[in-house]
Amino acid sequence: MDLHLLKPIGAEAWEIAPREGMHVPAVIYATEALLRDMDDKVFTQVTNVARLPGIVQAAYAMPDAHWGYGFPIGGVAAFDADQGGVVSAGGVGFDISCGVRCLHTGLTRAEVLPVQRRLADTLFRDVPAGVGSTGAIRLDAAAMDAMLRGGAQWAVEQGYGEPEDLERIEERGCMTGALPSQVSDQAKRRQRDEMGTLGSGNHYLEVQYVAEVFAPDIAGALGLHLENVVVSIHCGSRGLGHQIGTDYLRAMAIEAQRHGIHLPDRELACAPLRSPLGEAYLGAMRAAMNCALANRQIITHLARQAFAEVLPAARLTLLYDVSHNTCKLEEHEVDGAVRRLFVHRKGATRAFGPGHPDLPDDLQAIGQPVLIGGSMGTGSYVLVGTPSAKTLSFGSSCHGAGRSMSRHQATKQWRGRELVDQLEREGILIRSPSLRGVAEEAPGAYKDVSAVVDAADAAGLSRKVARLKPLVCIKG
Amino acid sequence: MIVEPRWEHFAHGADIGVRGIGPSKAAAFEQAALALTGVITDPARIGASTSVEVRCAAPDDELLLVDWLNAIIFEMATRKLLFGRFAVHLTDGTLTATAWGEPVDVLRHAPAVEVKGATLTGLSVRRDGPERWVAECVVDV
Repeated sequence: MDLHLLKPIGAEAWEIAPREGMHVPAVIYATEALLRDMDDKVFTQVTNVARLPGIVQAAYAMPDAHWGYGFPIGGVAAFDADQGGVVSAGGVGFDISCGVRCLHTGLTRAEVLPVQRRLADTLFRDVPAGVGSTGAIRLDAAAMDAMLRGGAQWAVEQGYGEPEDLERIEERGCMTGALPSQVSDQAKRRQRDEMGTLGSGNHYLEVQYVAEVFAPDIAGALGLHLENVVVSIHCGSRGLGHQIGTDYLRAMAIEAQRHGIHLPDRELACAPLRSPLGEAYLGAMRAAMNCALANRQIITHLARQAFAEVLPAARLTLLYDVSHNTCKLEEHEVDGAVRRLFVHRKGATRAFGPGHPDLPDDLQAIGQPVLIGGSMGTGSYVLVGTPSAKTLSFGSSCHGAGRSMSRHQATKQWRGRELVDQLEREGILIRSPSLRGVAEEAPGAYKDVSAVVDAADAAGLSRKVARLKPLVCIKG
Repeated sequence: MIVEPRWEHFAHGADIGVRGIGPSKAAAFEQAALALTGVITDPARIGASTSVEVRCAAPDDELLLVDWLNAIIFEMATRKLLFGRFAVHLTDGTLTATAWGEPVDVLRHAPAVEVKGATLTGLSVRRDGPERWVAECVVDV
């Protein structure tokens, strides 16, 4: 990206002043090095978002921003319904509420290593992953609607987990305002066989250990100590969310003109928050968020069963569960006044600081855990929300590394079998139904997650707590 | 000169673009669907033991391409099939097609990734020569 178009405005923060129809400035959080490597499309897309009706304060891009669909991935934008604000299906994305859940195991690396291979094989056997995989649960129409209304709460009621799990999930496991009636039959059909499945692409279940601690006081309060073993699950709302994204992106593209919305790019398809289409999308999107929360809850149950078989001493408890692709109604202070805003986070993590009323009591002093997934070879990070993120980015931070290389390039550069062998020599066991899929997800095809996390920390978006390294990776 | 039907992929940061090229719009749509399959596995590995009929309609060619690819994605996802051959007919904004394929066989097809949906990004249906049509968009994986 050409830095001449941006003005530095603070710690790792760069502003694009309003121009050519932008209602607000655009702000990109990144180090100079990350910014130089960032796709020019991020500039185009973040400034396009700033042109949408009812946008408040600024259009933001996180340090991992890259070319998305209308909105950049790593994009954050808030809209005011009273000011003609919009909701955008592209601003949420196809994999609605895709996110990361991290679980303590109560075990150390030394306790896991003797059974590492058996654990990998058992998890791979028990957690459905990859193209064409199906879960064991079949939902009839009534059960589907109950799941879409209840999310992880529904899953716990069905016996998948414990009530205390819900305390460590955003929205306590259930997004209110879901409208299953606004979810198409096709979307429900796509989900019929997919409850409790991981999916494919960059989705994974990993067994990881705490390799480095940056903030011992916070890490200790979160129960993270060096050599502790945790489980991280990265997946989303599966076929149902994908179909809702498909259905509403199309409807919004067709209806935008009727609503008098000028789209700088058709892929920015959106609808007024106060319109039948906007309200229908919000209801369907919230149902998909519940689907994602239920899905991660069921996969947690499957992981617990696998651990119980291999390591009966394990007790898998939730550290936290975050969602990346959402639009949520939140209260934020803008120019001294508290306003209710619809905050889009596309490939961005909610990162509320200490004292936020939405956090459970035991996280009030610490802030919300922010879980950042890396590639299967490099590791992941735990951060926490900061007080400053509230004013910097509507309480948002980055979500991952982002690709540095296309899937096609990756398969030309790496062979899946060689990667699996190489990672095994490094102590990381990969289990996947597809060696081509492994090659496409090669660690070298991703940007340096550490640079992204360091930038988020330096910018004040969230605070670095611990680094996790994989021992086992189940890839779809 | 009449162009040979063919398909290819083009780069998109996180995802992948599918492009179909052919001597007619319908042929370009058929090739774009093969490019979609090519994201998942080699289309040449897929048998034709079963077929599915698809119909969709849209206000313009570009949305019709997105609808067509999304219809294939829906059929793959719900029937657990992969498709290796397509026959498309276009009349006045309406597409009717037959897709031939077989159930996913993880060992034989080694499917790399499932496609979530066809997007409006990089979306174009155009005639760029007397006998050359191109149909393309980015798909989310």
